[in-house]
Amino acid sequence: MSTALKVESNREKLRINGLHAFYGESHILHGIDMTVNQGELVTLLGRNGSGRSTTLRAIMNMVGKRTGSIVINGRETLNMASHKIAHLGIGFCPEERGIFSSLNVEENLMLPPKVRSEGMSVEEIYDMFPNLAERRKSQGTKLSGGEQQMLAMARILRTGANILLLDEITEGLAPVIVQKLAEVLTKLKERGLTTILVEQNFHFAAPIADRHYLMEHGHMVAEIEAHELKEKTELLNTYLGV
Amino acid sequence: MATFFDINLFALFGQLLIGLINGSFYALLALGLAIIFGLLKIINFSQGALYMLGAFAAWIALNYLGISYWWALILVPLAVGAFGIVIERTLIRPIANEDHLYSLLLTFGIALILQGLFTHWYGSSGLSYAMPEALKGGTRLPFMYLPNYRAWIIVFSLLVCACTWFMIEKTRLGAYLRAGTENAQLMQAFGINVPLLVTLTYGFGVGLAGLAGVLAAPIYTVSPDMGSNILIVVFAIVVIGGMGSIGGAIITGLAMGIVEGLTKYFYPEASNTVIFLVMVLVLLIKPAGLFGKEA
Repeated sequence: MSTALKVESNREKLRINGLHAFYGESHILHGIDMTVNQGELVTLLGRNGSGRSTTLRAIMNMVGKRTGSIVINGRETLNMASHKIAHLGIGFCPEERGIFSSLNVEENLMLPPKVRSEGMSVEEIYDMFPNLAERRKSQGTKLSGGEQQMLAMARILRTGANILLLDEITEGLAPVIVQKLAEVLTKLKERGLTTILVEQNFHFAAPIADRHYLMEHGHMVAEIEAHELKEKTELLNTYLGV
Repeated sequence: MATFFDINLFALFGQLLIGLINGSFYALLALGLAIIFGLLKIINFSQGALYMLGAFAAWIALNYLGISYWWALILVPLAVGAFGIVIERTLIRPIANEDHLYSLLLTFGIALILQGLFTHWYGSSGLSYAMPEALKGGTRLPFMYLPNYRAWIIVFSLLVCACTWFMIEKTRLGAYLRAGTENAQLMQAFGINVPLLVTLTYGFGVGLAGLAGVLAAPIYTVSPDMGSNILIVVFAIVVIGGMGSIGGAIITGLAMGIVEGLTKYFYPEASNTVIFLVMVLVLLIKPAGLFGKEA
């Protein structure tokens, strides 16, 4: 009974209520609401500038100012410093990938401290991304775009993070690498990781996601379940122009 | 007199030795500046004043408290570092997000206040610090007389520079520092306590200045303006080496000391300006500095 209760209360990993975010004078997010449950893969869809990346950065407290509420694993994080939020089990993969040029591949991989105990081992990671093993002594930014993306992903998997915030991970990558990333995300989902994916490539996101949030001008305009995609194609076309 | 192609080897080696010693101080101070600039992105104008503070702290420790040179070598850098940590937390942190001009003016102001206080307390003529007993005397080498204390300065400061370089380039803590230099915000989002890292980095950087001050006390006059005299040269060295480059600051510091020494021998009139000439040339040819990365 008590375990059942625990599972029940653990289901909700992230809840955002009435979130406003600002960069200096610019008001970017206008009171968004969203919920993500344990093991879900949720996407944020929308045009460039609709506030999807800002949503991820606001969760990490990397924007100028935030108001509203962001509850992670049952803890209100609005007044928490960025590094404390990470230690709630969040792994952030920024749009620009954030590979450090003064560090080699291995140093980049080992850089983020462990935030939870059950992270992937370095062997598992090199097994999943063999290219990184081959180039472990190369300067981080000397890797190809695809390899850098693998490294940016691998880096947060080693930390044991179980909520992943992934910003445009397929941007500018070859189809074969996008395919590889889809496989990786599916594997992570099987392991029970929770993922919020900001994605431009709808064909990449559609088959692997459970739900989609549609954003426009800093507002959440729709929430679409995976099985509703067919009937809501028109709505998607309106907002995404795909 | 030993001459070789009209070169007075005694005088030449003498100037080279002075150059190496000056270079050791340049390297220590430039290293501290480079570390601080790398992570905090501020130009710490108080580095010279903290070097002076280190020298005075060693003098006060010896003459008022009876703390020996060897203990001062450990305690003074820690005390100056702690003083730096207080400055960072109370004065620099609140303006960290403002234009960097503010922090530059702030650290310059701190330097003036420190210099003013020590002039008020001890006058501007300077004090002398007794040479530690164990390092008195010297060794006669084929072409020069090498005082033990001067040899000690070179060996010890090189050792400190090498250890610092190793810590920054080869350890995990150093990886944090290097990565923080590139993108501190992302580092923090990875769960690293960047504000703490910033504080410790500032403390370490100014601790190096304090250490240089203790080393300098027995051979230079301990005076309130000793820091401002050396700081301008050290800035030129940081520019030549490349802002924020750790290895660059060390190598350039030593090299410029030697260049200065050689100039003193071959063309003494230019010895005070030669480093600035090198700086101009480097800026014209390689604006990011000899070891800096092009932006």
